[in-house]
Amino acid sequence: MLKVMYPIAKPAPGSAGKTAYWRWQKPIINREMCTRCGLCWVYCPDSAYELDEEGYPIVLYDWCKGCGICAHECPVDAIKMVDEYGEG
Amino acid sequence: MERVRRRYVLTGNYAAAYAALHSRVEVVAAYPITPQTTIVEKIDELISKGEYDTTMIRVESEHSAMAAVIGASAAGARTFTATASHGLFYMYENIWWAANSRLPVVASFVTRALGPPWNIWSDHQDVYALRDSGWILFIARNAQEVYDLIIQSFKIAEDDEVRLPVGVSHDAFIVSHTSEPVELLMQDEVDNFLPSPQNIKPLLDPENPVSVGNLPTAEQHYLLRKNIWDCITYSLNVIKKVGREYTELTGRDYSKLIPSYKTEDAEYILVTSGAMGGDAEDAVDVLRDMGVKAGHLSIRLFRPFPHDELIDIVAGSKAILVFNRGVSMGLGGVITADVRDSVSKESLSIPVYDFIVGLGGVEVSKDDFIKAVQDVKAVKLDVRRTYFLMGGEYV
Repeated sequence: MLKVMYPIAKPAPGSAGKTAYWRWQKPIINREMCTRCGLCWVYCPDSAYELDEEGYPIVLYDWCKGCGICAHECPVDAIKMVDEYGEG
Repeated sequence: MERVRRRYVLTGNYAAAYAALHSRVEVVAAYPITPQTTIVEKIDELISKGEYDTTMIRVESEHSAMAAVIGASAAGARTFTATASHGLFYMYENIWWAANSRLPVVASFVTRALGPPWNIWSDHQDVYALRDSGWILFIARNAQEVYDLIIQSFKIAEDDEVRLPVGVSHDAFIVSHTSEPVELLMQDEVDNFLPSPQNIKPLLDPENPVSVGNLPTAEQHYLLRKNIWDCITYSLNVIKKVGREYTELTGRDYSKLIPSYKTEDAEYILVTSGAMGGDAEDAVDVLRDMGVKAGHLSIRLFRPFPHDELIDIVAGSKAILVFNRGVSMGLGGVITADVRDSVSKESLSIPVYDFIVGLGGVEVSKDDFIKAVQDVKAVKLDVRRTYFLMGGEYV
């Protein structure tokens, strides 16, 4: 019996595999400055943010593509985009 | 409901409309374009009279028409659409979405030349462009074949080992708007022949959410296309099986993938597709009266290409003459290339002559076929050349 393959994806965390390999800048969160507003978690287009039990954001670096939207939206500039690879 | 089968005088387009409705299509979405318009007009008319419980979605373009039937088909509905020429090309992106999503959509394509300049007449160039997509493609010769092939198409498309869209084409005006006798099946015969639309496995199911056509890896994409190759190759068996069942039901012969005429002892075999097959058969009769052993075969199934049957028919011939109602610019006839591929795979040394006819709706007559055979027989033609034959002259 020939088995037909369908181009379907079941919703699951990271169902397309680890998609962060082309990231060249990563967001670093300064916990001292963070007000736990959660906007980074809301705006992340890849759901690459989780909130810990105290409400602080955690970046899921396996799936963060480094777009920088979180850093742009952070109202207190607690997120900095840092180059993934050093000079040269 | 009819209690006896009746013959009606129908155009090819009305035959297509009745075939879709008799197949109990649940969703039709279409946008009008000459020469396809009367298919969907007829469907709409019969739905609005309350004769059929089919949903007609009036969309704003052919791109949306195919998108709508893709969505309905993914949800498990039996679907149908129809278009032609520029409409088909406006639909073209979604043609591939239907095939790659493995949706059993059935469509009627009325072959029509592509502009510019504007032209509404028959030419197979539009349907040739669907060749590599993964659609199963028929080219019907007359209104009866339009009706018969569309009904069979639902059974082929929905087969668990095929799951591919099927397109049934017919020539603009020559078939689409010409009235001829067509025997329609009774509704209960079609109901018994086709599986219930309820059996179509939906891709989209709220209880088991998935997304269709999401971003895969390159390797997954490769394997999905390879799977279409496996299934469309296997579909030759399904098309034959469904054809045999349909032959048993109707007495009309669909047991073979390639209809042929006087080919058993033929030395010169004419290969055509679509409506010009009738003229080619007339030419065969004239040539036979002149003492030339000619025969004819029709590429009714364009994809998957019926290699084995073609070879069985042509193996003993002296020359094959292929008549294409469209051209692959810079190469030659599309079906000529297919026939040469088959002949080459079997290492046969039969010359395959390439003719381009009927572009833009130019009439193809039996005299064109007779001239071509006579010229091949008199060794006047070069097998490496492509001959543009219009009105009995090479142009």
